[in-house]
Amino acid sequence: MFSRLFENVSRRALVLLGALLIGLFGAPLVASDYLLTVLILILYFAYIGQAWNIMMGFAGQLSLGHALYVGLGAYTAAALYVHFGIGPWIGLLVAVPVAGLAGAFIGYLAFRFKVGGVYFAILTIAVAEFARVGFDHLTWTKGSSGLFLPVAQYTRNDLWLLRGQPVMFYYILLVAAALAFVFCRALLQSRIGYFWLAIREDEEAARSAGIDTFRYKMIAVVISSAMTSFAGVIYAFYYNNLFPEQVFHISRSIEIILGPIVGGVGTLFGPIIGAFLLTGMSETLIAALHALGIDIPGAKQVFYGFCLLLVIAALPDGIWPWLSRRIGLSEREK
Amino acid sequence: MSALLKVEGISKRFRGLLAVDRLSFDVPEGGIFAVIGPNGAGKTTLFNMIAGVYLPDNGTISFAGERIDGLSSDRICQRGIGRTFQIVRPFPALSVEDNVIVGALMRRHDVLEARAHAHEVLRRLDLYDKRAQRASSLTLPDRKRLEVARSLATDPKLLLLDEVMAGLRPTETDRIVSILKELNRDGLTILLIEHVMRAVMALAGRTLVLHHGASIAEGAPADVVRDPAVIDSYLGAEDI
Repeated sequence: MFSRLFENVSRRALVLLGALLIGLFGAPLVASDYLLTVLILILYFAYIGQAWNIMMGFAGQLSLGHALYVGLGAYTAAALYVHFGIGPWIGLLVAVPVAGLAGAFIGYLAFRFKVGGVYFAILTIAVAEFARVGFDHLTWTKGSSGLFLPVAQYTRNDLWLLRGQPVMFYYILLVAAALAFVFCRALLQSRIGYFWLAIREDEEAARSAGIDTFRYKMIAVVISSAMTSFAGVIYAFYYNNLFPEQVFHISRSIEIILGPIVGGVGTLFGPIIGAFLLTGMSETLIAALHALGIDIPGAKQVFYGFCLLLVIAALPDGIWPWLSRRIGLSEREK
Repeated sequence: MSALLKVEGISKRFRGLLAVDRLSFDVPEGGIFAVIGPNGAGKTTLFNMIAGVYLPDNGTISFAGERIDGLSSDRICQRGIGRTFQIVRPFPALSVEDNVIVGALMRRHDVLEARAHAHEVLRRLDLYDKRAQRASSLTLPDRKRLEVARSLATDPKLLLLDEVMAGLRPTETDRIVSILKELNRDGLTILLIEHVMRAVMALAGRTLVLHHGASIAEGAPADVVRDPAVIDSYLGAEDI
């Protein structure tokens, strides 16, 4: 599966990728605490964006409820830690299947009964909302009053229990985002990847080319939801508090998808560029406003909306397809 | 020659309209069989039943001795029936090569192997030089050949062609005719729906004429076109 990973990759692309990776690896050495938290957010969104892209960008299934998988991952791992002292890496072994099952449930309902397009998207919202309300009343995870992980001043980073300073989370997310990138490229080059693209382009034609579309759509949902739940586990141990109202909220799901849409749906670099641009620039904007002594609630949302409008109007395929032509990484349209 | 495809008494009704009416015919293995008839005669409905898009209301369809009616279209393709669509449906954002690789991957698990097979198919259909283009950028004749290429890449025993010559210039038609003849010589059985009589006369060993969902004539193309019922319902005397 990974044998052809470097096939058709130009020298220039490899150099750029290498530079990006080295830059990101060295960033904590020079970055301030504030900048580091922004970079953590960027990597977090780059990672989830990659996972969401598998469903929408590759297989063409629009999910507007990815907060569900983040929340399930976060709550499962956090609850296991709070109640039984089970560490996050073991908790992951429970959290990932839980989220995968939730994805399989939604996928089965939708694909078995031929719910597609916007109706599928609505179903994903509905299940996420259902979880939000459900967790509000689930006493085991402390309901709407929130689930808190015990915190202390950490002098050293405990990688096994994920107790420590932001820089530890930064490196975990950096590795995760890099692996997700490589994994998605491998998927795209595999048999499954071809079948996904065929389904995205024309499901009826894909079926008549012998593709069991139900099966491959199910695989896409399960991989995407399972991947997303990992980010949820990290979220729980980074923020140390979980409220159903926050983690499962539809605005979280929307935040997840904005990056890949702005960066370029279905491209490998789209989720990364989108995360850098949206999170990076909105945080800069807020910091700049703050420095000027202006505090506008909702400035971030207005900024997101503005970016989205700009991209839709000028670059409907997203930034990456345009950018990659500009920097000579892909051929110009004939 | 034994029958590769056996259609027995199939009917399909859409509300009040009886699109296909107790139709039976055999497609012999290794043959080229044409279905002709005026617009609305039920040709595409017939195709969609064979390809697993519609379920027949009555009757049975057997392929290589096994019942296939009621199977989904992906299963039918896996059994060895490839199809094209009357209104072409390539995967628009994918390259020509990737379109064909998708078909080739049905029976191959290795992408490199599938690509090699796709190249072979593309060469046969004169599309090899255009393999890097996006499918959406192709002209109509090229898109039609791409559809044929994609389904050929699944290694079918029977190829269903739904009006692949429609809208083509005579020289392009002749080119496709010669490609299809070559494929047939190599053992591919072909069932085609066609309006272009020039192609039917040149290709088909046997022709079935549909009218209002029922067969009104069947036989060698040269005989069928002289059949008074066919002239009356479809061709018109001046066409002969």
